[in-house]
Amino acid sequence: MNTTTTAKTAVAPAHVSIGDVARAQRWRKVGMALLGWAVALLIFFPIFWMIITGFKTETDAVADPTLIFSPTLESYAAVQGRADYLKFALNSVAVSFGSTLLALLIAIPSAYAMAFLPTKRTKGTLLWMLSTKMLPSVGVLVPIYLIFRDVGLLDTRTGLIIVYTLMNLPIVVWMLYTFFKDLPKDILEAGRMDGAGTLQEVWYLLLPLTLPGIASTGLLSVILSWNEAFWSLNLTTSNAAPLTAYIASFSSPEGLFWAKLSAASTMAIAPILIFGWLTQKQMVRGLTFGAVK
Amino acid sequence: MATLTLNNVVKNFGDTQVIKGVDLEVKDQEFVVFVGPSGCGKSTLLRMIAGLESTSSGDLLIDGQRINELGPAERGLAMVFQSYALYPHMTVEDNMGFSLKLAGVSKEERRSKVLEAARILQLEPLLERKPKALSGGQRQRVAIGRAIVRNPSIFLFDEPLSNLDAALRVQMRIELARLHEELKATMIYVTHDQIEAMTMADKIVVLQGGVVEQVGSPMELYHHPRNRFVAGFIGSPKMNFLPAVAEGVGAAGVEVRLPGGGNVCVPANGEGIARDAAMELGIRPEHLELDEQGALSGRISVIERLGGQTSLYVETEGQLVTLMVDGDVAHRVGDDIRFGFAASRAHLFDADGLALESLERHPLASLTRQDNRAESKA
Repeated sequence: MNTTTTAKTAVAPAHVSIGDVARAQRWRKVGMALLGWAVALLIFFPIFWMIITGFKTETDAVADPTLIFSPTLESYAAVQGRADYLKFALNSVAVSFGSTLLALLIAIPSAYAMAFLPTKRTKGTLLWMLSTKMLPSVGVLVPIYLIFRDVGLLDTRTGLIIVYTLMNLPIVVWMLYTFFKDLPKDILEAGRMDGAGTLQEVWYLLLPLTLPGIASTGLLSVILSWNEAFWSLNLTTSNAAPLTAYIASFSSPEGLFWAKLSAASTMAIAPILIFGWLTQKQMVRGLTFGAVK
Repeated sequence: MATLTLNNVVKNFGDTQVIKGVDLEVKDQEFVVFVGPSGCGKSTLLRMIAGLESTSSGDLLIDGQRINELGPAERGLAMVFQSYALYPHMTVEDNMGFSLKLAGVSKEERRSKVLEAARILQLEPLLERKPKALSGGQRQRVAIGRAIVRNPSIFLFDEPLSNLDAALRVQMRIELARLHEELKATMIYVTHDQIEAMTMADKIVVLQGGVVEQVGSPMELYHHPRNRFVAGFIGSPKMNFLPAVAEGVGAAGVEVRLPGGGNVCVPANGEGIARDAAMELGIRPEHLELDEQGALSGRISVIERLGGQTSLYVETEGQLVTLMVDGDVAHRVGDDIRFGFAASRAHLFDADGLALESLERHPLASLTRQDNRAESKA
């Protein structure tokens, strides 16, 4: 944000020296940088506070807010003693990656059809798909709960994978569609002239050429699934419960055990935070893919 | 051996008909150029031949076999795209060998075929590069190489030179002509550039609005355009069109009155032309000459000196007429001049824009590029 503003150059009146303009521009740059940092810190602060609270004792956690305390791992030990973190984490991994894989498998052919063989109704279909995201989830909770109960999908990873796949499918299709649309049609036609069938066209040309886009779509889907709480809390109890359910289990029954809750939350978000951090470059590249060529 | 036949080929996009019944015969080893203004349907027609667009009705035949229902690859054709359409993630070698890979050809055989094509196109040092690291001309050659490797029965080119700069375009033009000779393949080439059409074609197909206006050798189109559109489209600068009135029809041709009062007898078949019929006389700028006794006169409004030649734009009876004259002509803007032309060089068009048939065929009208070569060998 702070770099774009420097590109603007004001036309200086005759009596203003170039030095003055340069100085004004420098101050502007410093100001924007400070503003940027302030906003970033403001957004990060709750997470930062949660992380340090996890290293406090319960007494320190509810005392007057302070940064000076003696760090301890006792909350982490207590949390691990009460619930098996690894089990929840594995559920999270299985469910978020499983649903992402399934969503991509469904979305790649759909987006291919919409991008390269559009009909009069393609635009409408895309909008309709996106509009389903505007429906409040709680509106379909009861029917889905009943269906899941009857077919035995309650508290199963499969059940969550199905729900997450359906939940993310509109976004995944939409994103893939925009990436596919950016691919010059000639390249696929050249492939067709060279003898590629649809599957070979997708495998040898479309997938490698849009890999950055597919990767960032997948990453986004993993993150959205990992963070999803509504369905996981309502459709799982113990067997398939992911980390969101793990955090929730510390909040309700025990009341205000801030340190333990913070420790549990930190452990729950740590994997996805690290994952997001490592793939940051890929995400940004994918999300701006096509915009800057 | 590969001949291509189009029988009353039609293409509809929804309610609009873009190709309105095209009949065409492309002979073996012929270099055929589709030319026309943008939107005339030339690229669509090529894509229909390629199989990238479906054909709404009519027959496409290769060597007599109907190919309408075959997919692009099964037709045994290769296409070079305007945008080159190289696979950006593959090396030059993989780009060229992709079709063979899909066909299940072994690695060694693939390599030998790619090397052979690379040799013809002087691409050997570039085989390991990715398209990003190539210049426009090199990319173009890779795209052609990709076509050669497939050993197609017919090569299709969709405006392949339009992304290159002028100098490179001339060079590639010569190279393509050489390639045509070396490969002895049937080639169909789409362009909007009439110089490319004139220099490369054995046969030119002039299209407008989805209709074939004329098919013929370059010299045929130049000397005997069938209608006003072809006359104006082929030749640069454009042919001049002057309003004329028929004065009489005789064995020697049609006598017309020109703007400004002069009379000319054009040796053309005037059957069915009534006296006083409104006509148009077409005369190419290079066939107009400065002449004190000429039938036309006017004032010079613009002069363009090209060195060897000079274009004069002359205001004549409210109309701008272009003359292509000697480079060293001394006239200045504002000069009043008289000019004329040999009547045998003029073309007459009736009220519908159809050309009156010339009484005499131009001696070179049937000349093809192959004839050029035959003469040079003799």
